[in-house]
Parts: sequence; C-alpha cells; structure tokens
Amino acid sequence: MLRPDLAAIADMIEPNARVLDIGCGDGTLLEHLKQTRGVDGRGIELSQQNVNHCVARGLSVLQGDADTDLAEYPSQAFDVVILSQTIQATRAPAKVLDDLLRIGRHTIVSFPNFGHWRVRLSLLLNGRMPRTQALDYAWYETPNIHLCTIRDFTEMAKDAGAQIERALALNTSGTRPIHADAPGPNLFAEGAIFLMNRRGGAAWGPATGRTGSS
Amino acid sequence: MAQTANPVFLRPVAEPEADTGKAITFSTPLALDCGRTLSPFTIAYMTYGTLNAARSNAILVCHALTGDQFAASRHPITGKPGWWDIMVGPGKAIDTDRFFVICSNVIGGCMGSTGPASTDPKTGKPYALDFPVVTIRDMVRAQAMLLDALGIEKLLCVTGGSMGGMQVLQWAASFPDRVATAMPLATAARHSAQNIAFHEVGRQAIMADPDWNGGQYYERAHPAKGLAVARMAAHITYLSEAALQRKFGRELQDRDQISFGFGADFQVESYLHHQGMTFVDRFDANSYLYITRAMDYFDLAGDYKGVLADAFRDTKARFCLISFTSDWLFPTPENKRVAHALNATAANVSFVEIESDKGHDAFLLDEPQMLATVRGFLNAAAAENGIA
Repeated sequence: MLRPDLAAIADMIEPNARVLDIGCGDGTLLEHLKQTRGVDGRGIELSQQNVNHCVARGLSVLQGDADTDLAEYPSQAFDVVILSQTIQATRAPAKVLDDLLRIGRHTIVSFPNFGHWRVRLSLLLNGRMPRTQALDYAWYETPNIHLCTIRDFTEMAKDAGAQIERALALNTSGTRPIHADAPGPNLFAEGAIFLMNRRGGAAWGPATGRTGSS
Repeated sequence: MAQTANPVFLRPVAEPEADTGKAITFSTPLALDCGRTLSPFTIAYMTYGTLNAARSNAILVCHALTGDQFAASRHPITGKPGWWDIMVGPGKAIDTDRFFVICSNVIGGCMGSTGPASTDPKTGKPYALDFPVVTIRDMVRAQAMLLDALGIEKLLCVTGGSMGGMQVLQWAASFPDRVATAMPLATAARHSAQNIAFHEVGRQAIMADPDWNGGQYYERAHPAKGLAVARMAAHITYLSEAALQRKFGRELQDRDQISFGFGADFQVESYLHHQGMTFVDRFDANSYLYITRAMDYFDLAGDYKGVLADAFRDTKARFCLISFTSDWLFPTPENKRVAHALNATAANVSFVEIESDKGHDAFLLDEPQMLATVRGFLNAAAAENGIA
C-alpha cells in the first residue's frame, strides 16, 4: 500500500508524464508511477544507499542535493517536479521552490503543517519546541530547519510567482481539497500538498503576457 | 570488404584449449583523428551469448588500458580467467544467457587488433613508432565498423571501466542513435593532469630502457624492464592506501628482518615485481605508449568548445554512472561531472557511488553493490527494449 500522501500525489500525475522526484527516498513513489502511469521518471536522492537501492530496482536516480544541484537542470525539462516532505529540510526553501517552478511545467510540494493546532497547543502549554508524530525530533537534532505553516507556504509560493492549481489538506484520515488562503486548514491539517505552476510567470524566461496568480 | 580469420597474437598461445576468438580485417580505411588513415586494419574480438533474431540484445564491453577482448573467457596466453569474469557470463550481472556480449581489442592494442607491433604494409616490417597516434574516438570508430560487419545497428548497452568508460562516453557522443543505454564505470570525460603525469612516468620508464631502442625491438629483446617498471608504477594507482595497508602492511618477504640492502624486503615490493614481470609476458611496450597517449588526449568537452553537456546533446540513451569511494585515479567528482553534464541536457541518468576500499580496480572485483546495480540497470534496459 502506497502511503496516503504519496497516493494523493500520484493521483495528480498524468499518464506518461516526464517526472522528476526530488528526495525520492527508496523509490516507492517513482516505481508506483512507472507501473501504474507509465511515467518517464527520474529521481534525485541525498542518501547514496537509497540511490543504489533505486538503481538496482531499475529506476533512474542520482545522488544529489536539492539545495545545490537543481541549478544545472534546464528550464521546463519535466512535466512534473515533485518535492515530497523535503522542503522543510532544505537550506534555502525559496530558492529551491524557484528552481522547481522553473524546471517543471507543474510542481508538486508536500510538507508538514507547523500551524496545526496540536503544534500550536504544544508550544502554548509546554513552552517547549513541539514534537509531534510527524515531526518527532528534538529541536537541536531535527533535519527540519525551515518549518512552515500552510499560510507561510502559500505566501512564499505567491512571492515566487506560482499559480496554485490545487491544494490538499493531508490528515491521517485522508486528503481533502482546501483553499490555500483559508484559516481552517492551517489549523486542522497535519500537512498539505500543493500543485502549482509558473508557466505564465514573469519572474523568468520570455514573458507570455500572463503573470503569476497574485 | 571485410575478411574474418583467426587472430594473430604477439606472444605464443599457451592455452591451446582457450577460445582465441575471431579477427576481421577491413579493407575500408580507418580515418584517424591525427589526419592519417589506417588501411588495412584488423579488429580482434570475442563474443559471448547469442544474438537474438531482432538483433536487439547486443552489449558492447570496452576494455581498459591493459585489457583485451577476453572479458569472460580464459586468456589464451596467460591462461587466467577473463578480466571481467565476475561481471560477464551465464546468469551473471551481464547475463550471456540473455545478452549477446561483444568485446574487441582496441586499435593500437597487441592482442590481434592492428597496433604498433603489426606489420606495416608499406615496409613489410612492424610499424613500431611509424604507427599513427590513435585516440579514444578512433578506437570507437573502429568498434562501430566492427558492429557494422556483425550486422548490429543498435547496442542495448555499451559499458566498460576506466579507459573502457571513456569509450562508452565517446560512443554516446559519436553515435547517439546506436546506443540505447550507456554504463561507464570509474571513468572521466577527460584525463586529469595527475593521470597524464603518471602515464608519462610509465612511458619514460619504457623509453629509458636501452632495449626499447627507439621502438625498434621486435626482432630482438623487448624492453621488459622498462615496461615492468611502468606497470609497477601504474599498478599502485589502481589500488588504495587502505587496500595496500590491509594486504601487505609492512610485512617482510621470506625473511625475519630487514636486509639492509635493496632486495625485495617487503611483501609489497615483491608483489609489485610480480605484477611487472607477468605483465611483460602479455603486453607490448609500444602498445603501452600508444594507448596511454590515447587516454591522455581524451577530453570529450574539448571536442565541443569546452561544453561537456553539448557532447550529449543528441543522446537519447539512458545512462548509469558508477564510481567507487576509494578510487583516486578516476574519483567520484570526475564521474559526477559527467552526471551534471547529462542533467543539463535533461538526459536520463543514474549515478551510483559504491563504498569500497579497493581503489580504482574495484570495478574489476567482486563488489556486490556494483553487481546489483548493473543487474538492475540492465533488467530495466531489457524490459524497455522488449528483451526477454
């Protein structure tokens, strides 16, 4: 069984698309997409061990770092670029998002929501950095150095010139469509998945008359 | 226009049971990068497995500096197993039950393909230093003509390590339509200054041997000492400090204490002497000069105004690059540079770095992660190309 957040991402992807999965882990999503949607999939993964595992499974994956290696990819080289549960661990999330929107005709980003009520309550009541099921690290050893809320992410996406095509709230119970700007999901969603594009964006490439969504 | 015969070797065949393979002599001239042509010229080769009816299961294995066509079968001169026996064979990672594997001796070599020891038709004597300086691209051109003669239009995969990897990269650049997948191991898109430097030490050792005689030695004693020293120096670069330490440490050879002399006190010395001596029995000193030169001249980006990515602009091949952590001759960053160039063209590329302390030679050894990677990559390639 595919993890629910990965299943929700898979549902957003057209058959036979060219897909780049950044932080593809052991290749579960890529393999699923290859088998069920016939995609031309590639992956970038930080852990060499995971990379070796992926290639032995017949996937096209290379060792790399979202923070440093995206610049070399040509613009609009992929139909979909996926960054799943990783943006909060990058050093420069805005730069990474900018690269994602440049490389992919569509960009999918999923992340844990630091605005969830349990997180807020935990900080309020305990006065200590929150530890949740999804973010179970002490503050001094967490790889998640740039946590954000759904509203934070929405603002950054708009600043990057992204058009939000679809946003989903992600809970243990499943996913449901949300308005990215609405206050409810920011309080009640444990995570979110955004499908975006910047094809008309003015921040890069030849202007086509359209600007971003803002 | 091509004639097939048994290959002619420089040294006598010591293993009458071993398959010596075939040699094709082409009357079509081979145009070389240096501006000269080679005509006629011969390519000696081995094949393993069976070509399928669709001619779609062919894998070209390219050998390294001192390798030859005997990748997966007993060497007819040394009697040793094939140099990539660990990789190529029935049921192995490059499975000859499924794939048709071709391995040819490079042009400039000394195992049956035309090289400096071959007879110059103009003089009736060995070419020696009149042999033209060949390049990696010339080697690949000759291989392409071999494949034409064998009736193979497209390769399922072209693979090889070290200089073999250079040929793989050149294949992808020169013949983008003939390569479905490319798997270079432990290689680089250019020979580094350090590597050129090591090669120069080897060449100078050969040329300093009085028996070398300006390359004119085929009728008399060969420059065995010079070639052995070249091999010894090179062999060190194929290993790693950790591997040498683990294998030999400071252990003494057949003695309890140091001799206060210059005999082989240490095991590592004795080992190197052995490497040098056995090498001389199967290799031609002039070939060593020519092939090291071909590697030195290799700079794929140089053919494309310094932009490596442009070398791969037309490629549709799937790539799998493999490097090894302790390889300091063709270190991971050199392999990664190729991966980056491929990325810049949005090519389909995998890159795997294998944890090993065995140095550059790791690609020839039993490295389970490497074998699993190769097997997985070729399985996917076979599936994509409809090969059972």
